[in-house]
Amino acid sequence: MNLLWLIPTLPFLGFTILVLSSGRMSRERARIVGVGSVALAFLATIYIATQYYAAAAHGLDHGAGFTVSLWPWITAGSLNLNFSLYLDGLSLSMLFVITGVGALIHLYASGYMWDDPDYTRFFTYMNLFVAAMLMLVLADNLVLMFLGWEGVGLCSFLLIGFWYKDPKNGYAARKAFVVTRAGDTAFAIGLFLLFRELGSLEIQEILHLAPENFEMGGNMPTLISALLLGGAVGKSAQIPLQTWLPDAMAGPTPVSALIHAATMVTAGVYLIARCHPVFLLSPIAMTMVASIGLITLLVAGFTALNQWDIKRVLAYSTMSQIGYMFLALGVEAWDSSIFHLMTHAIFKALLFLTAGSIILAMHHEQDIRKMGGLRKQLPVPFWCFLIGSACLIALPPTSGFWSKEPILLAAWEADPIFWYGAVFGAFLTAVYTTRLMLLVFFGTPEGGIPKTHEPKGWQLHPPLIILAGLSLVAGLFNLPAADVLPHAHEHHPPLWVEITGILLPVVGIFIGWQVFLKGRWQALRMESPAFDGLRKFLASGWGFDWLYDILLVKPFMALAKANRNDIVDLVPKAVVVASSQCYYFFSRGQNGQLRFYVATMAAAAIMIISLALFT
Amino acid sequence: MIDAVIIDHAFILAGILFCLGLAGVLVRRNLVFVLISLEVMLNAAGLAFIAAGSAWGQPEGQIMFLAVVTLGAAEVAVGLGLTLLLFRRFNSVDIDQLNQLKG
Amino acid sequence: MQVIGIIVSLMAGGLLAMALGPKSAQASRLAALAGLAVATILFFPLLMLAISETGSGTGAGAVWLSQISIEWIPRFGIRLLFAVDGIAVILIGLTLLLGYISLLSAWSEITKRCGFFYFCLLFTLAGVVGVFSALDLFLFFVFWEVMLIPMFLIITVWGHENRYYAALKFFIYTQASSLLMLLSMLVLVHMHWQQSGTISFSWFDLLETDTSGRLGFWLMLGFFVAFVVKLPGIPVHNWLPDAHTQAPTPGSILLAGILLKTGAYGLLRFIFPLFPEAALEFTPIAMTLGVISVLYAAKLAFAQNDIKRLIAYASISHMGFVTLGIFAWNAISLQGTLVQIVAHGLSSAGLFAIAGLIQQRTHTRALDELGGLWPQVPRLSALMMFFAIAALGLPGLGNFVGEFMILLGTFQTSPIAAVVAALGMVLAPVYALIIMQKAFFGTPSADAKSTSVDLVPHEIFMLAILVVGLIILGFWPGLLTNLSEPGMLDLMRNGLPAGQGG
Repeated sequence: MNLLWLIPTLPFLGFTILVLSSGRMSRERARIVGVGSVALAFLATIYIATQYYAAAAHGLDHGAGFTVSLWPWITAGSLNLNFSLYLDGLSLSMLFVITGVGALIHLYASGYMWDDPDYTRFFTYMNLFVAAMLMLVLADNLVLMFLGWEGVGLCSFLLIGFWYKDPKNGYAARKAFVVTRAGDTAFAIGLFLLFRELGSLEIQEILHLAPENFEMGGNMPTLISALLLGGAVGKSAQIPLQTWLPDAMAGPTPVSALIHAATMVTAGVYLIARCHPVFLLSPIAMTMVASIGLITLLVAGFTALNQWDIKRVLAYSTMSQIGYMFLALGVEAWDSSIFHLMTHAIFKALLFLTAGSIILAMHHEQDIRKMGGLRKQLPVPFWCFLIGSACLIALPPTSGFWSKEPILLAAWEADPIFWYGAVFGAFLTAVYTTRLMLLVFFGTPEGGIPKTHEPKGWQLHPPLIILAGLSLVAGLFNLPAADVLPHAHEHHPPLWVEITGILLPVVGIFIGWQVFLKGRWQALRMESPAFDGLRKFLASGWGFDWLYDILLVKPFMALAKANRNDIVDLVPKAVVVASSQCYYFFSRGQNGQLRFYVATMAAAAIMIISLALFT
Repeated sequence: MIDAVIIDHAFILAGILFCLGLAGVLVRRNLVFVLISLEVMLNAAGLAFIAAGSAWGQPEGQIMFLAVVTLGAAEVAVGLGLTLLLFRRFNSVDIDQLNQLKG
Repeated sequence: MQVIGIIVSLMAGGLLAMALGPKSAQASRLAALAGLAVATILFFPLLMLAISETGSGTGAGAVWLSQISIEWIPRFGIRLLFAVDGIAVILIGLTLLLGYISLLSAWSEITKRCGFFYFCLLFTLAGVVGVFSALDLFLFFVFWEVMLIPMFLIITVWGHENRYYAALKFFIYTQASSLLMLLSMLVLVHMHWQQSGTISFSWFDLLETDTSGRLGFWLMLGFFVAFVVKLPGIPVHNWLPDAHTQAPTPGSILLAGILLKTGAYGLLRFIFPLFPEAALEFTPIAMTLGVISVLYAAKLAFAQNDIKRLIAYASISHMGFVTLGIFAWNAISLQGTLVQIVAHGLSSAGLFAIAGLIQQRTHTRALDELGGLWPQVPRLSALMMFFAIAALGLPGLGNFVGEFMILLGTFQTSPIAAVVAALGMVLAPVYALIIMQKAFFGTPSADAKSTSVDLVPHEIFMLAILVVGLIILGFWPGLLTNLSEPGMLDLMRNGLPAGQGG
C-alpha cells in the first residue's frame, strides 16, 4: 500500500518529462513516455490490487480502506487537510478502469495521432489527464478530489481545443470548461456547507458524521446532496448541464473515448457513489438523482436518433448510458451503477476507438450519410463495432446486459415509472444503435460505397481487439466496489418485467432493421416536411443550447459589450467635466477689462453695504 | 463747531465726489483720466474722514486723511510711472486695449 | 535592524544606479541588482528566524521576530518603529522576489534613462518594504508616500501612449485617499491622547484606544478608503486599468504584484485591530463591495480588448476575494487572504510579464490584432496558458488555495456573500480563456503582425521562478501559512471587539 502514491505519480511524471522537453523530444520517445507512463500505472494498479486482496484475505473488514498520508496540505484554524490517498474497493475499481482502459486508449492514440504535428503536446495533456483522474478517485478528502475534479476539467478543455486553429473547437472547449465549472461551483459550495455543518472535509469522516448529525430527510442533507449533485451533473453531462458534451466531440477521437466516454464523465457517478451515506439521508435527493438520470437518458436517446455525425451519436448515447448510472444510483442500486460504469467504460471506449478507425479510414469524414457498406473494407472495425453495439443495446450475454438488467429491475422495485422510462430508453438505444450500425456498415449511400484507406500503425488494432474481448466477458468480473457499497435489495419483480427488459431491445433492433435497411415504415423516419420542426428540435438536443443562449450567453455578452468601458469610470470623468465647466464659467469674468473689474467691485460693494444696512 | 446738518452736507458732498470719481473710472478709457478719477475718489474718502473727525472731535479723522494723502501720492507716482511704461510699450493708454491679463 | 538595512540598501542601490546611469546603462542595472542582492542577503536572517520560530508548526512561536524603535520626533511621540512578524516577512519576501522579476523584465525593455528608472524602481521597493514593516503610523504614512512618487514617475516617463492621463489619475486617486488616511490618523492619535494622556503614533499604543464610538466609525472609513483605493476595490478602482495599461512592463509587475498588496496589508493590519467595533459594523457593506468587485470586474475583464486592461480587471476581481477574506476575519479566511495575496502577486506578475513580452514582439496589445500565436511562440504560449489557468483558480496552483480558503472561511460567517462570490469561479474561466482563444489559438488574423522569436533564456528563467512559486504554493501552502500563523492569530485576537477577545 505504501506504493499507492506511485499510481498517480507515474502519469504525472510522464507529463512533467513531456512538458520539460518543450517540443524537442522525438515522436518515438514521446510515444514511449506517453504510453509507457500509463501502462506502468496499470501495472502498479495490479500490484496494489494484489496487496489489497492479500490484506482482505487477512481479515480486513469489508469495505474498509487504506489511507496513505503524504503531507499536510492546507491547514488554518480548524481546517486541517492532508494530501493523502485513500484506497478501497470502489477506488480500486475506478483505478482499473482508468489505467486499464486508459493505457489501451493511449496505445491506440499513439497510432491515431502519429501524423499530427503536435504529437508531444497531445500526450502531455493525456498524461496530465490520467494523473488528475487518478487523483480524483484516490482522494482522501473532498478538496483533493476537487483538485482532480478541476484538473480533469482543464485537460478536457485542452484536449477538446487541441486543434486550436479552428475557432469552433476553441469555443467548444471553453463551453465545456465553463459549463462544467458551473457544476463545480455548486460542488465547491457544497464543500463549504459540509465544512460548516460537520467541521470536516475528510470523506470517511463525513460519511460517519453525516448520519449522526443530520436527521433523516432533513433539509440540510437534501441541500448538501443537491449541491454535490450539481457538481456531478456538470461533470457527467446530465440535464440541465449536458450541453457541453456533444460539442466536446470536436476533440481528437481518442480523447472522446478516454475523457468523454470512459472516465471523466463518469466522475459524477463516482462522487455520488462515494458520498452515498449523505444521499441516503435525503429521499428527495435520491429521487432527484434518479429523475435526472431518467430524463437525461430519454432526452439523449431521442436526440441520438436524429444525429448524422457518428461521434455525436456516440456522445448522446454516452449521456443516456450515464443517465442509466444516475438512475441506478437514485434507486439505490449502487453496485449495479458502478458495474455499469465499468462495462460502459470498456464498450464505449471500444465504440469510440472503432469510430476513430472508421473516421481515419474515411479521411476524417464523420457524416454517416456519406458512409455505408463499409463492412467488407473494414473487417476489424466492423466486428468490434458490432460487439460494442451489442453491449450498448445490452443483448445477452454481453457485459452490457449483465450490468443494465439489474438497473432495470432495481428501477422496477423503486417505482415502476422509472422502469417504464428506462425500458423505453433501452428500446430507443436499440433503435439508434441499429441505425448507426446499418448506416455505416450496410447498404449503399447515394454516391456509392466510399473508398477507404487502411490506416498505418500497428497500434490501432490490438486495443480494439482487447477491448472487444473485454466487452464480451466483463460481465463475469467480480467488482471490488461491491464491498464498499450497501448491498442492493434482492429483486423479485414479476417475470414479464424481466422478459420485457430483454425483449424490447430485440424489438428495437428489428424495427431499426426494417426502417433503416429494408426501407419499410418510412413514416417512422419522420422525413416528411411536416416533421421538420420536431426533427430539428430533437436534433438540437431539445433546444437546451438555444435556451441557454437566450437566457445566459446573449444577456451576458450584451452586458459585457454595453459596459465595455466601465460605467463607474463615468464618476471620475464627471468630476473632470464638472470642474472644467466651472473653470469656463468663472474664467469668463476674468476678461482683463479693468473697467469691468471696477464695475463689479463697485456693484458688489453696494450689494454688501446694502445687505448690511437693510437686514 | 459744525452741527449735525452740516456733517450730513459734508458726507453728501463726499458721496457725490466719490460717485463722480467712480463714474470717471468706469467710463473713461484713458489711463491718465482713470488715475485722476481715482484721485477724486480718494479725496472724497479723505473729506469724509475729516468731516467725521471734526464732528466727534477725534484726531483719528485727520490722521486717516494724512494716510489717504500719502496713499494718493504713492498711487500717482506708481500709476503714472506704469502709465508711461505702458505707453512706451503699447503706444496707447486705452485701458480697454490693455486687457492681456485675463484668465 | 535587518529591516532598516534592507530599506537602506535598496535606497543606496537606487542612488548608485542613478549616479551611474548617465555613464553606462549596464552599470546602473548592475548597481540596482547589487542593491537588491544586498537587501536579499539581509532578508535571509529574518526569514531563518521566522522559520525557526515556527518550525514546530504549532503556531506557538513568538509573534514579533524583530523590533526596532528609535526616537525620531519626540515632541509628537513619533518614532522610527519597525516591527516584523511572519506576515511581514512573507510580504517582504514577495516584494524582493518581484523586485528581481521586474528588474529582469526591465533588463531589455527599458533603454531610455536607465539610471533614473532603476532609482525609481528601487525606491518603490524600499517604500513598499517600509510599508510592510513600519508600525509607527506616521512612519507608515511616510513610506506610503515614498512608494507612490517613484511609481508615478515610472508611469509618466516610461509609459505608453496615454501615460500622462493614467499617471495623473493614479496619483490623484491614491493621494486624495491617503490624505483621508492621514486625517484619520491624526484624529486617532488625538483620541488616544485624550484617553491616555500620551501622544503616540505607535500601532501598539493605539491598539489600546477605545474607538467604539461614532467617530471611530468615520476614522475607520478614512483608513478603509485609503486601502481600498490601493487594493483596488470597486467603486474606486478606475485608476488601475489605466495605470496598468500605460505603465511599462516592470511597472505593471510592481503595481500588480506588490503595490496592490499594500492596500490588502493595510486592511489586514489596521482596520480590524484598530477599530474592531466599527469594522464589525461595516462588515456587511465591505463584503458587498468585495462581492461586487469579484463579479463586476470579472465581467468587465471579459469585455476588454487590450490584454493588459483585461489582466488589470482580473486583478480587481481577485482583490475582491481579499476584501471578502479580511472582513470575514477568521483564521481560515485570513490565512487564505495571505495565500491569495502571494499567489496573485506571482500570477499577475507572470501575466503582465507575458503581456509585455507579447507587446515587445508584436507591438500591439489589442486582442483582435493578435491571433494564432501558439505555433509561432509555443513556449511563451504554454507559459501564458499556465498563468491563465492559475488566474482562473485551478486547484494545484496557489490562487486556488487562496480563493478556496477565503470562500470556506467566509462561508462560516456570511454564507450568502461566499455563495455569490463563488459565482466568480464561473466567470473566471470566461475571461481567462478568452485571452488564450483570441491571442494564441486560431489562425493569425489578416492584420496580425508575425513574430518568430520565442522566449530567450533570461525570460524563461524569470517566468520559471513564478511558475515554481505558484506550484509550491498550490501543493505546499503550509510553507507559507506556518510562517504567518503566530502573527495572524495575534492579529486576529486584536481585531475582535472587546468582550469577544480570547
